[in-house]
Amino acid sequence: MRLLKLVPDDTNYDFLKWRKLASFMSFFLVVVSIALVAVKGLNLGIDFVGGQSVRVEFTQEMPPIEDIREAVREIGIGEATIQQFGSDSAVSIRTALPDGDKAAAERAGQQLVAGIQKAFPTAKTGSVETVSGKVSEELLRTGAISLALAMLGISIYIWIRFEWQFGVGALGRLFHEVALTFGFFAITQLQFDLNSVAALLTIVGYSLNDTIVVYDRIRENLKKYRKMDIVPLLNLSINETLARTVMTSVSILLALGVLLVMGPDVIFGFTAAMLFGVFVGTYSSILMSTPVLVWLKVGPHSFVPRTVAGIEGGERVERKDDGAVV
Amino acid sequence: MLDFPRWKTIGISIILLLGILFSIPSFLPTKAFESLPGFAQAKVNLGLDLAGGSHLLLEADIADLRKTQLTNMEKTVRTAMRGDSGPDDDIAIGELSNAGGGISFLVRDQAQLDEARERLFSETQGAGLTGQRDWNINVVDSQRIVLTPTSAGQAQAVANAMDTARDIIDKRVNALGTREPTIIREGNDRVVVQVPGLQDPAALKELIGKTARLEFRMVDTNADPAEAAAGRVPVGSEIVPYAEGEGSGAPFEVLRRQVMISGEQLINAQQSYDPQSGQPVVSIRFDSGGSSTFAKVTAQNVGKRFAMVLDGKVLSAPSINEPILGGSAQISGSFSVASANALAISLRSGALPVKMTVVEERTVSPELGQDSIEKGVLAGIIATVAVLTLMLVVYGRFGGYANLALVFNVFLIIAIMAAFNATLTLPGIAGFVLTVGAAVDANVLINERIREELKRGRRPFQAVELGYTEASRAIFDANVTNVIAAALMFWFGSGPIKGFAVVLTIGIVTSVFTAVTVTRMFVAHWLRTNRPTSINI
Repeated sequence: MRLLKLVPDDTNYDFLKWRKLASFMSFFLVVVSIALVAVKGLNLGIDFVGGQSVRVEFTQEMPPIEDIREAVREIGIGEATIQQFGSDSAVSIRTALPDGDKAAAERAGQQLVAGIQKAFPTAKTGSVETVSGKVSEELLRTGAISLALAMLGISIYIWIRFEWQFGVGALGRLFHEVALTFGFFAITQLQFDLNSVAALLTIVGYSLNDTIVVYDRIRENLKKYRKMDIVPLLNLSINETLARTVMTSVSILLALGVLLVMGPDVIFGFTAAMLFGVFVGTYSSILMSTPVLVWLKVGPHSFVPRTVAGIEGGERVERKDDGAVV
Repeated sequence: MLDFPRWKTIGISIILLLGILFSIPSFLPTKAFESLPGFAQAKVNLGLDLAGGSHLLLEADIADLRKTQLTNMEKTVRTAMRGDSGPDDDIAIGELSNAGGGISFLVRDQAQLDEARERLFSETQGAGLTGQRDWNINVVDSQRIVLTPTSAGQAQAVANAMDTARDIIDKRVNALGTREPTIIREGNDRVVVQVPGLQDPAALKELIGKTARLEFRMVDTNADPAEAAAGRVPVGSEIVPYAEGEGSGAPFEVLRRQVMISGEQLINAQQSYDPQSGQPVVSIRFDSGGSSTFAKVTAQNVGKRFAMVLDGKVLSAPSINEPILGGSAQISGSFSVASANALAISLRSGALPVKMTVVEERTVSPELGQDSIEKGVLAGIIATVAVLTLMLVVYGRFGGYANLALVFNVFLIIAIMAAFNATLTLPGIAGFVLTVGAAVDANVLINERIREELKRGRRPFQAVELGYTEASRAIFDANVTNVIAAALMFWFGSGPIKGFAVVLTIGIVTSVFTAVTVTRMFVAHWLRTNRPTSINI
């Protein structure tokens, strides 16, 4: 049986040749993403701004969005944001919190449901969510903290396991991926809520997974080929891990793709963000996470004690332990 | 690597077998599950977004609690100064006030100042571990005593109130007869209530939000309605508004401040019907102390009116036609059967020590939840099959071993979740799918490494050996970073995200076991029995 090879044997692409272009591209995309978030803004869900959100399903034909908007306006609790779920006959109706006391907020949620049921008797409310301003502020804060801690924590772990240059590289790459994902949310105007934070954290974890595989190979090659220049060495490492990078990315894209198309529309945004993150992550693993190491002057001396290096200087050095931090 | 000792093989097999056994209950329909013996009844719980139901986050009104604390202390001061043994024992006080967050009053006779302090001291208690008392007692201007609550005292008051509130909410929700509600304290001043399978949370909110402080008080017949409307009432009386929709015309009643009987003296409350009008009412029974007070007061006040006050609002103010003996009464108002029932439950469970407001609510209908499960599970199965096929096509026999390990991995995740009674949420299903994708990563790493080593001209045994050892390092590091991300999600996330983090963490741990250890067992066995001279990978 002949087995399928996603990547041909013994590739020798000069990825590092594009490092300036890739870095410029990434930098450009990060700036664009930040600009997009600043200009278009994120479509923040009630998790982070407070308010009510009702999911309404129409068993018969769905009325025009304008009619729904008008019906909500008549309830008199402010302007609604209405979003359609995929091809489904379901919409999410979101309104801001009324100012003032919390009891009013509670009633507003009930009014919204009652008003919609009056205007569209065949409609069914699938879910009702109310988040007060205070809780939404807390959720926003803890969300931001957890994201920052994840990025920092993982970078520190890499610094400990590898070298500081690698930690910097990892942090830079994470920032790149997180910024681009924010840009993705800004451009698609998918609702940004708690689930999106979970998606971001997953992207952070996954992306590092990839970085580590490449960095691990670089570390190994640095010890193995001590005379080799850093650029060809990085190229070699990327090429050697290319088959793995592609295979894993394809598996995960496949799994998430199925979930995106066939899965419940409630987690559409969540899956879409992860899919995007994995896609960007694959690009980063190949082109993004290594140039930093060139600029920060990583070399064989980063891992092997100088004295030993001086004596042996050969092709292969016995590894004493895994971490090999000097 | 090839000398895979027998005890290891047995150990791994036992773990895998246990995984399958413990995951079985989660797949069984409810009926079959319930017929299992008790020890086997551990299954994966479905989160509210899958099972449908309500999640409520209630926050205590701490300002309200502080106010109650002050009012209670004011009462304590009055009683303490009155003394136990008759009028001779009294300490005359004046200018009692609870303004500015503390109690202050004047002791008229300076000679009694020490005695007054002494009595108050015995009314305060130690609070917390610091040796602080719950109230500070200070003397200012040589005649005035000022009581201020300490921070330890306040913290303890909040903690006590929250414990009581949790218990009371627990009683109320359980009285609704829903299945498996979860009521837990969260943080300092919050309680989380989760009730699965509930379609309409309005009744639930009505029930748990009510403080249910019930008081029976006399209507002040001496008050002049015109004066009262202008806000002037006789000493010892106050204006109490009617509850929404109650009271025939009058917006308020003037009531005596003194409480005749309060909710604490109830022994039972039940929804029933008024024999005359057929309206839903709440029938209550007093304890013996309450009964005799009620009988005495009603006997003395025939022809007058008393008021039933719930949470500071008058429900009704009926006339006393004859003395009410026997210790039972009916609370009437414009009730529906449901609201009368809710009030009866609230009264039975006792008054909440502090007002609670809903600050977060998430309700998912069971139909939407069911829809999510069906679509999520179907997508999960198709995604898994797709990944399995890819692995088989790319890595052949080794892909097959990885696939087998992946299937075991699914069982292990379910088994561990069941053992810990963990909750599966919708993002959790996504986590499951992601885990499937990530679990193969370990095998991809190993298999690619084996390919490489073979290309370098190593013999099969050595290539496989190196493939596993060299890849393990990266696999370990990579998974640690994922655990860091998942742990943060668990700490900071709420509800569904916690569910995602749980699945992710369990999945990472089990996938390292199955993808590395279990596949190695298969491969080692195959290599040993077949001694291949070349490997197709």
